Amino acid sequence: MHNKEIIALLLAGGQGSRLGVLTKHIAKPAVLYGGKYRIIDFSLSNCVNSDIDTVGVLTQYQPLELNAHIGIGKPWDMDRINGGVTILSPYVKAKVGEWYKGTANAVFQNIHYVDKHNPEYVIILSGDHVYKMNYSNMLDFHKENNADATISVINVPWEEAGRYGIMNTDERGKIYEFEEKPQNPKSNLASMGVYIFKWSVLKEYLIRDDQNDESAHDFGKNIIPLMLGEGRNMWAYKFNGYWKDVGTIQAYWESNMDLISRVPDFNLFDPAWKIYTPNPVKPAHYIGPNGSIKKTIAAEGCMIYGKVKNSVISSGVYIGEGAVVEDSIIMTDSYIGSNTYINKCIIGEEVRIGNNVKMGIGENIPNELKPSLYDSGITVVGERAVVPDDCQIGKNVVIDAYLTSDEYSTLNIESGKSVLKGGTSE
Amino acid sequence: MKSTMGMILTGGKNDRLKELAELRSSTAVPIGGKYRVIDFVLSNMVNSGITNIGVLTQYSFRSLMDHLGSGKEWDLDRRNDGLFIFPPYLAGEHSGWYQGSADAMYHNITFLKRSFEEYIVVAQGNCVYKMLFDDMLNYHIDKKADITIAYRDMSDFPVEELSYMGIMKMDDNGRVVDFKEKHNHPESTICSMGIYILRRELLIDLLEECNSLGKYDFVKDVIISKLNTLQIYGYRFNGYWRNLNTINAYYRINMEMLNPEIRHQLFEENGKVYTKVKDEPPAKYNEEAEVSNSIIADGCIVEGTVSNSVLFRGVTIKKNAVVNGCIIMQGSVIDEDVKIENLIIDKNVYISKGINLKGMPNFPIMIEKNAKI
Repeated sequence: MHNKEIIALLLAGGQGSRLGVLTKHIAKPAVLYGGKYRIIDFSLSNCVNSDIDTVGVLTQYQPLELNAHIGIGKPWDMDRINGGVTILSPYVKAKVGEWYKGTANAVFQNIHYVDKHNPEYVIILSGDHVYKMNYSNMLDFHKENNADATISVINVPWEEAGRYGIMNTDERGKIYEFEEKPQNPKSNLASMGVYIFKWSVLKEYLIRDDQNDESAHDFGKNIIPLMLGEGRNMWAYKFNGYWKDVGTIQAYWESNMDLISRVPDFNLFDPAWKIYTPNPVKPAHYIGPNGSIKKTIAAEGCMIYGKVKNSVISSGVYIGEGAVVEDSIIMTDSYIGSNTYINKCIIGEEVRIGNNVKMGIGENIPNELKPSLYDSGITVVGERAVVPDDCQIGKNVVIDAYLTSDEYSTLNIESGKSVLKGGTSE
Repeated sequence: MKSTMGMILTGGKNDRLKELAELRSSTAVPIGGKYRVIDFVLSNMVNSGITNIGVLTQYSFRSLMDHLGSGKEWDLDRRNDGLFIFPPYLAGEHSGWYQGSADAMYHNITFLKRSFEEYIVVAQGNCVYKMLFDDMLNYHIDKKADITIAYRDMSDFPVEELSYMGIMKMDDNGRVVDFKEKHNHPESTICSMGIYILRRELLIDLLEECNSLGKYDFVKDVIISKLNTLQIYGYRFNGYWRNLNTINAYYRINMEMLNPEIRHQLFEENGKVYTKVKDEPPAKYNEEAEVSNSIIADGCIVEGTVSNSVLFRGVTIKKNAVVNGCIIMQGSVIDEDVKIENLIIDKNVYISKGINLKGMPNFPIMIEKNAKI
């Protein structure tokens, strides 16, 4: 078997707990984005477009949706005889079975997978980010510098720099210091969670890290600082472009809304850098005689009889006669009844919303149970939930996934309330 | 479904489709925003559980081959069986072009002989309908028929176009007593749908006999000449069915797809319609877009006014353009201030700023592929 120069390991095990009910039953990389994609499609498509044809996807949290989505990698042309996509989930070993304890540990547990391909370099990616990036340019940079590790960085606003892992570099880009979430950042170059390593070097550090019981087994917290501390040759590769960690409800909503502006910063229409995803088997969408659709993207299989504005509509969505949908994200195969009004909501997959419902009305009061998650005025409905006819729902409301209409104790749900599975309405 | 194979006839040259089928087989004509006509019969077969399917091609088959590929979109890239495409070939005495539908099948008789299925569904590739063949096969077996032909009452079809179809007459028991092909004065509106079920071995015998007599046409030389000697029955179908044989029919079928009832029959009942996948982003509508009663495919960008129209993938409608009653195929661009009505616009056409063009619903204007106006 011929060796690969570089293979990719895609970390897709994170829950993304700040996405609340959206990631209750699926991992963050499997969350829908932009009408037909899932977040992981961006990293996977970047691999294909950068000529990386061997990708290991490391899954852990709620992997079913993700596994079904990736399958044997057909949509990305990764159903290869030599290489292709491989799902790497935690497994039981001779003596013990263990979960991935951290990002570095996840890679450590799959050393044998990498060794089988015997690559010179590995690129570590995260399946949590929305961006288009040519990894082969980064690899060239890595080779030019004969680096042990190259970390891709992006300029973030100074006031937000404290939320990221910050790289302090000399003027050529050589890293001399790394600070995780610094209070007084010296630079605004944030790590994007994209690393290229010499495999022989990384392997050594992974093995050493595994023997350190005090380590959190994390790339950002342990491996990178340890390598820097030992004077390894490490470089920051600057990326200029659209990159979003859609980690919160607000960021997720905003990033989707970026797609509907006239000339979006993030262009999905670029024929030279296509984003691939499994295509649903559905007819082209239909706009009804009294329908209207403005400043919106809509995918295949939709039937839109109502009015839609400033929204992202995924495939197979039905919007009834007289309904109005504004500033919202509606995910795959959801149904919106007639004369229903939806304002600034995120509606999960296969949700059924009845007739004459009003959602996202009233005052902007943060959610009472999880104010840090739901405070931006966005009401969120989890997958396969039902919202009964004539229901009135405020802002920052959470409707739990799989909720049935029997589980509502009232049809008037004020801003900041949650309706949870098991009949607890608070 | 009992062990059954499929054979799709893609027919001869059709001048009545004008420029649409000049460079492509009539079965490869784009329809309904993202499909090609042949997708319907292929999906029907796959949805009926048929996995061994031959496609006989003749005129301009390149576009059809490109569309069908290995058959993976229909789940027909199988280790055993799957999709087989039979373009004309030169060998020994055989001179290349197929001289008719029976001739085409005869020259690929090895495919029939090598297959194991008991029954075969032979169907035209240029029809738009959704039908599972199970029911028709059960009828065929119940009637102990030699051949069963599907038919439909086409009273919802313009009379002048009936002369392009086969008109059938059945006795009270359902046996076909008369079959007239392409008759100038059709006696009724009962039309053959060009779908035949028979035993595979009977088809082989009939084709060999037909060839030994020097005849070529499946309908004329096999069906019509055997009406008295074989038990040939008619099977009635009541759903939506259209035969794409004129440019007007093409226009009408696309417009009929705007009807929710017909869309439901075609795309939701009895399984899905599969087609070749293109990776396009969702369609994008800007602030100024005014869209009603239209089918819009992925990859379109709409900034103008669109009504009663079908837009294929990647069509761009710029600001202040007004589009009504049009069919616009993949990749075409309608520039600012254009006003168009009742047009059929083929692929990659560019209509420049300010142009004004108007056809009639029963006489749509056809714009050729790659044209710049």
